[in-house]
Amino acid sequence: MPEGTTKDGIGAALRRKEDKKFLTGSGRYTADISRPGQLHVHFIRSDHAHAKITSIKTDAAAKADGVVAIYTGEDVAADGIGGPICGWVVTNRDGSPTNEPPHPILANGKVNYVGDHVVAVIAESLQQARDAAELVDISYEVLAPVVDLASAAASMQIHENVPNNMYFDFELGDEAAAEAALADAATVVELDVRNNRLVPNALEPRAALAEYDPVDESYTLFTTSQNPHLTRLVIGAFMLSIPESKLRVVAPDVGGGFGSKIYVYPEEAVCTWVSKKLQRPIKWTADRSESFLADAHGRDHINKVRMALDANNRITGLRVDTLANIGSYLSAFSVVTPTILHAPLLSGCYEIPAIYTNVRGMATTTAPVDAYRGAGRPEATYLLERVMDVAARQVGMDPAEFRRMNFIPKDAFPYQTPVALQYDIGDYEAPLDKALDMIDYKGFEARRAEAASRGKYRGIGLSSYIEACGIAPSAVAGALGARVGLYESATVRVDPTGTVNVMTGTHSHGQGHDTTFAQIVADKLGIGVEQVEIIHGDSDKTPFGMGSYGSRSLAVGGSAIAKAVDKVIDKAKIIAAHLMEAADSDVVFADGKFTVAGTDKEKVLSDISLAAYVPHNYPHDRLEPGLEETAFYDPLNFTYPSGTHIAEVEIDPATGVVQLVDWACCDDFGNLINPMIVEGQVHGGIAQGVGQALLENAAYDETGQLITASYMDYCMPRADDLPDFKVDYTVTACTHNDLGVKGCGEAGAIASPPALINAVINALTPIGVTDMSMPASPEKVWRAINDATQAQAAE
Amino acid sequence: MTKVNITLNGKAVSADVPDNTLLVSFIRDTMALTGTHVGCDTSQCGACIVHLDGESVKSCTMLAVSAEGAEVTTIEGIGSAESLHPMQQAFHENHGLQCGYCTPGMVMSAIELVGKNPNPSDKDIREGLEGNICRCTGYHNIVKSVQAGAQMMGD
Ligand code: FES
Ligand code: FES
Repeated sequence: MPEGTTKDGIGAALRRKEDKKFLTGSGRYTADISRPGQLHVHFIRSDHAHAKITSIKTDAAAKADGVVAIYTGEDVAADGIGGPICGWVVTNRDGSPTNEPPHPILANGKVNYVGDHVVAVIAESLQQARDAAELVDISYEVLAPVVDLASAAASMQIHENVPNNMYFDFELGDEAAAEAALADAATVVELDVRNNRLVPNALEPRAALAEYDPVDESYTLFTTSQNPHLTRLVIGAFMLSIPESKLRVVAPDVGGGFGSKIYVYPEEAVCTWVSKKLQRPIKWTADRSESFLADAHGRDHINKVRMALDANNRITGLRVDTLANIGSYLSAFSVVTPTILHAPLLSGCYEIPAIYTNVRGMATTTAPVDAYRGAGRPEATYLLERVMDVAARQVGMDPAEFRRMNFIPKDAFPYQTPVALQYDIGDYEAPLDKALDMIDYKGFEARRAEAASRGKYRGIGLSSYIEACGIAPSAVAGALGARVGLYESATVRVDPTGTVNVMTGTHSHGQGHDTTFAQIVADKLGIGVEQVEIIHGDSDKTPFGMGSYGSRSLAVGGSAIAKAVDKVIDKAKIIAAHLMEAADSDVVFADGKFTVAGTDKEKVLSDISLAAYVPHNYPHDRLEPGLEETAFYDPLNFTYPSGTHIAEVEIDPATGVVQLVDWACCDDFGNLINPMIVEGQVHGGIAQGVGQALLENAAYDETGQLITASYMDYCMPRADDLPDFKVDYTVTACTHNDLGVKGCGEAGAIASPPALINAVINALTPIGVTDMSMPASPEKVWRAINDATQAQAAE
Repeated sequence: MTKVNITLNGKAVSADVPDNTLLVSFIRDTMALTGTHVGCDTSQCGACIVHLDGESVKSCTMLAVSAEGAEVTTIEGIGSAESLHPMQQAFHENHGLQCGYCTPGMVMSAIELVGKNPNPSDKDIREGLEGNICRCTGYHNIVKSVQAGAQMMGD
């Protein structure tokens, strides 16, 4: 574990402040909270992928033991309840807008996926609600399902206002230039890739508990959210017409999110709506099967890639045509993920003069698909890093050297790509070299030969990724279709005795903000981390913020905290000058002490804060009492973490099992605040990427039933599927935030799938296998080996 | 309804519950000890692991009535914030947790694993934790935590 530089400030591998409650079972997750008199809701979900609802009979159920109320889509419509909105839309190639179908929180006349919410049964106990649900009689007229992405456009139209089942038809880049590069190329490399569909599977299932207070006519919603303020805004303003000031949203401890807990879902809105109707608290907890059916899924793209190389094997052009499965409704960030978060990443770490991409977002009768760890960037990185390997093979170059010669050189920053982004800083060779060293790339052929002597195929594969974190600035995002701001907020409150409360608009659900943010504040104020409390996740306590996703918390939220602390220091210096009878400009603040140059006068933070709240001797003519500052930080640009991940695998030809034997990665996240936490984020990201590449796949059958709807059928990595990871860093500090940080939460999940699939293909190249789709399951690998060896034998 | 009598974290408790009440909901809902979590409905994730007469069991997979007369220990009975169990301390020292949702089950499994095998290899640990899913950590630091916990429990 890397050790930090100072005791507990910036750079220290400080153990986490939040650990003890979790280790002793005192965490407080939404499902752990109960309210006196609470009722339980059970949702009856569609078991058809696509059907008209012809009747719903609830009489028998309404009389069942413990049942208090039953609601359907008609009740929702009668009360004028709106659906969850899409948070970001794009303009189509022809200038028309994204087609946005309605999304009722209980289906009204029609269901569009297996798991769609149809009836809410509310009873005294969960068991009674479930039992009563058995008595509800729903008749359906089944319609043709739309499951296959490739043929979705030619299938039955799902939504009235979505012709050809196409929500949007987006493009970016210069089509003529890309086509010209392909026409003039010395080598054209082609690749069809599928990015498999995933279920995020945070270990804590979603849950909600809503309570209405008739005295002050206000609501409190506890919910498993990554962004409580956005939930409040959407439910309050767009769905239930509740004044924002009358709705408090609390996201307490949240057991992982990975994107799936960004969005507002029908269940939490139903709980909130019904809590007033019945004047009782309403609780809902998903079981795992419901999470599989109705949490937003991730990925699910089909890509056609063509890359142009000149005679020197330098990349001259790239064209990517993508079909993105968006599912049955437009979830909050379903449109931005495969477009704005995908297309601009297609330049990767490389100098590519001409790039063009077209992305079509398709409706299918499957669960909504939205951002999952990495969100668009893993999809872009996967196709790019796969085609890089294919290209290297095609021209007979080592894949590491082929990447190196096409890297954007480190003296070329800031670098403007042909797909909208301007990278502020980077050095892609440094992490490549380090990672190659870490895994002993030079020694690989000897290891391959040794494995072969044991009858195993050994392979090595790499991926050099870039990502873009902390989408920004708000004005540019707005011009690109965002309906939200992308700043972050923080309030830093110094108490009279000098302890500090920090209210942040971000949300921590495993990332360790209580510790990382406290380190920033402690470091800047020269106090101990134990004097700093981080408060997040409660719309009543924290300033309006955007929450946590897209690796934005530190780069955007941490920067807001740093700014607020700076404001506190500025004010404290004036107070200190007054107390020490010095000129402002003579006061120096360092190591937690305010001193006057050339004297032995000295004050510490608690002297200043006491004076600020007991302002008997105070510069009233210049300052208001108190020591509390708020900052909103809207970044100037994205941040651009990058790095190289290398996977080494061994394949058993008898079983097709791919064993991951080694992993080395070197990432450039800019400055590190807590290297221990960063390393944990890298590990977790790699594990999820390994899951995608080797094990995980969300599969629907042709009727639209999700056939991988439990942990028995959807395989996630377990401890014995993974090796130890070798993790290291290089640093180029971000140029446009004061902390010089870039973000680290998604990098592992972005970099790892192509590295692993490249390693599998590398292992099997000697026997003639040239392609492998995700997940590289034992069956698939075994068949590929068998087909290849039979083909070789036939020659 | 059946009256269930168990010893829970050293204290005798009893309650009338419907016959189909799972042990996990007896612990969480009837006894209001919410440190034991539920992550799945197919007995796969291990978030619900408690010790029953010293053995790890998935409390989502057994009825409360089947625990009649047993000694049940949950994460709340292992250590406290002031005095962590060595395994809890080891998870803290080695960053063996992120969101904390799998953590109670992991710690309970790890304690049992080390109880049976005081000097586990990394491979023993990885195989021994096969019944626990963690979606956050990638297991690397969990394996280190269990190694360190085994050392500390031995000392
Ligand atoms: S909740 Fe018991 S194994 Fe998942
Ligand atoms: S720490 Fe989140 S599931 Fe393990």
